[in-house]
Amino acid sequence: MEQDEKAAALGEASSVRKAYWKANLKLLGILLVIWFVVSFGFGILLEDWLNQFHLFGFKLGFWFAQQGSIFTFVVLIFVYAFRMRALDRQFGVGD
Amino acid sequence: MDAQSLTYLFVGLSFALYIGIAIWSRVANTSEFYVAGTGVHPIMNGMATAADWMSAASFISMAGLIAFLGYDGSVYLMGWTGGYVLLALLLAPYLRKYGKFTVPEFIGDRYYSDAARLVAVLCLIFISFTYVAGQMRGVGIVFSRFLEVEVELGVVIGMAIVFMYAVLGGMKGITYTQVAQYCVMIFAYTVPAIFISLLMTGNPVPQLGLGAEVADGSGLTVLEKLDGALIDLGFTAYTNGSKSTIDVFAITAALMVGTAGLPHVIVRFFTVPKASDARISAGWALVFIAILYTTAPAVGAFARLNFINEVNETTYAETPQWFKNWEELGLIAWRDKNGDGAVQYRPGAPFDGKPAFDGDQRGESGERLLVNPTTDSSNEVYIDRDIMVLANPEIAKLPGWVIALVAAGGLAAALSTAAGLLLVISTAVSHDLLKRTIMKEISDMQELRAARIAAVVAIAIAGYLGINPPAFVAQVVAFAFGLAAASLFPAILMGIFSKRMNREGAIAGMLVGLLFTAAYIVYFKFVSPEMNTADHWWFGISPEGIGMIGMVLNFGTAFLVDRFTPAPPEAVQHLVEDIRVPSGAAAAQDH
Repeated sequence: MEQDEKAAALGEASSVRKAYWKANLKLLGILLVIWFVVSFGFGILLEDWLNQFHLFGFKLGFWFAQQGSIFTFVVLIFVYAFRMRALDRQFGVGD
Repeated sequence: MDAQSLTYLFVGLSFALYIGIAIWSRVANTSEFYVAGTGVHPIMNGMATAADWMSAASFISMAGLIAFLGYDGSVYLMGWTGGYVLLALLLAPYLRKYGKFTVPEFIGDRYYSDAARLVAVLCLIFISFTYVAGQMRGVGIVFSRFLEVEVELGVVIGMAIVFMYAVLGGMKGITYTQVAQYCVMIFAYTVPAIFISLLMTGNPVPQLGLGAEVADGSGLTVLEKLDGALIDLGFTAYTNGSKSTIDVFAITAALMVGTAGLPHVIVRFFTVPKASDARISAGWALVFIAILYTTAPAVGAFARLNFINEVNETTYAETPQWFKNWEELGLIAWRDKNGDGAVQYRPGAPFDGKPAFDGDQRGESGERLLVNPTTDSSNEVYIDRDIMVLANPEIAKLPGWVIALVAAGGLAAALSTAAGLLLVISTAVSHDLLKRTIMKEISDMQELRAARIAAVVAIAIAGYLGINPPAFVAQVVAFAFGLAAASLFPAILMGIFSKRMNREGAIAGMLVGLLFTAAYIVYFKFVSPEMNTADHWWFGISPEGIGMIGMVLNFGTAFLVDRFTPAPPEAVQHLVEDIRVPSGAAAAQDH
């Protein structure tokens, strides 16, 4: 009897972990797409095309390559840290 | 007080501070020596990481590099910051959760193999020594330029300072010194930048000044004016690059992934109390780095424009004083090719090689004469890229104390990075080689002594490399990032995100990535340097960017081999499951 409960608890813990990991991977995926788009996309591949637009006196493609991508990187890490803290709490796996 | 005495004062005060911290933070066990007892506040760790990461090259050379590369310089800006996103999202929290001391230790345990650990140790030592030689050289150069001390003596003084806090205080000493060094460094970098931005555009924020209108009534922005001036002189426009898109892509990727795989950066995240702290700490690290990295392109563009305005088509007698000062040091040189007495700045090298002056001989205008063979280009002036940051205070006519500050900042940048690198080298030797592989029975006290001895030896080797820099140092920097990208990063990433990845796959992947990348770089840099042009590169990717292909090969090989070899043992699969959740994180422990 006691063993069954233990096994059930373990099974539940394992499925919680799986759901937590899945949520983490989804968040990672979204943030890494943004990471790729602002740097390799806007800053490199689409740089020439974006340069027809202007922002704060910068050509837009050039701005992403030298400033915009870096600002976005900072925001991405903080978004990840705060979203993960919420996920840790939601799934009860926080440290 | 004159600039010289002020420099002595500032450098002396900053060194006294570092030594004070060293004495305060002496350590007594390996946990404190390796990971500062995992008690470092995430914001403090962010600052220390920023100082650890930003080397003499970031502080002294990067703005100059961007000034002369224009858009192409973006590879360094994005490459050296984007890696922190990978680090924060893919590596740092999981490695912290694992809770051990070193990167090779994780690879060895995760792939249940001493061979994997040894491959990782070799990569780590090679990457770190490549890097540290440049730092020691940087220390020597700052000493010789600002304090008129011989380069050799400068290196020895630098070694003595690092010895004090790295050997006594280990990671704990290094961490708190790096926090102080970050403050010195960022203050020294931003103060001149703010003044120059004010001078050029009237806007005190350099990041905005770069996009603002030049304060000369022309109504053009800094970048428009710079583009126009460069095109008139025959250069490529500043905001357009001359590298191919694929090469820019590959170099950026190799630098990003390489950054995330550098051991001395990764271990900094072992020092915070919890896995969730590792995530937020990476964010703080990037904030502190971004302050310098977004100032650098502004400094670069201002400096280039200033140089053109003040020097081009100016007679030698009318050039600013700093032009002549740096000419004395051989970092600027001018040959009046067309005999008009004025300086013409155009694309191309003015003469072959670095300036070799003809003794104290002076030309008609009073310039130092050169013995270098002349070139066909109409360019008459040679500028060493490194002087851009160092000359900034003079260019902006700032007071002596700012110059003194820049000297202290340059030393802080070089010393903080050197110390971080020396620590991972000594840790790899005492912990991964001795404790985990060769002499498993040694006590904590013996291991600590071994770590200190290893640190002393590493400092001595680094100092030797700084005094007698091998000719290849500048050329092997590409190695450090390429190898980290092609070997360590994929192995760690797969160790966390693939439960199925086994010993055979990981080792085969690391070896293939490592050998391919090393062979490509060695071939183009050393065996046939004359072939090092875009026509001969594979897919048009330069040796600087080849780490990206090495990384892809590493992943490909690993998954292929993994398919045909047995799954990792049950215990290892549990380990992977365990590091994926933050709960139950323990302090870094000995075994």
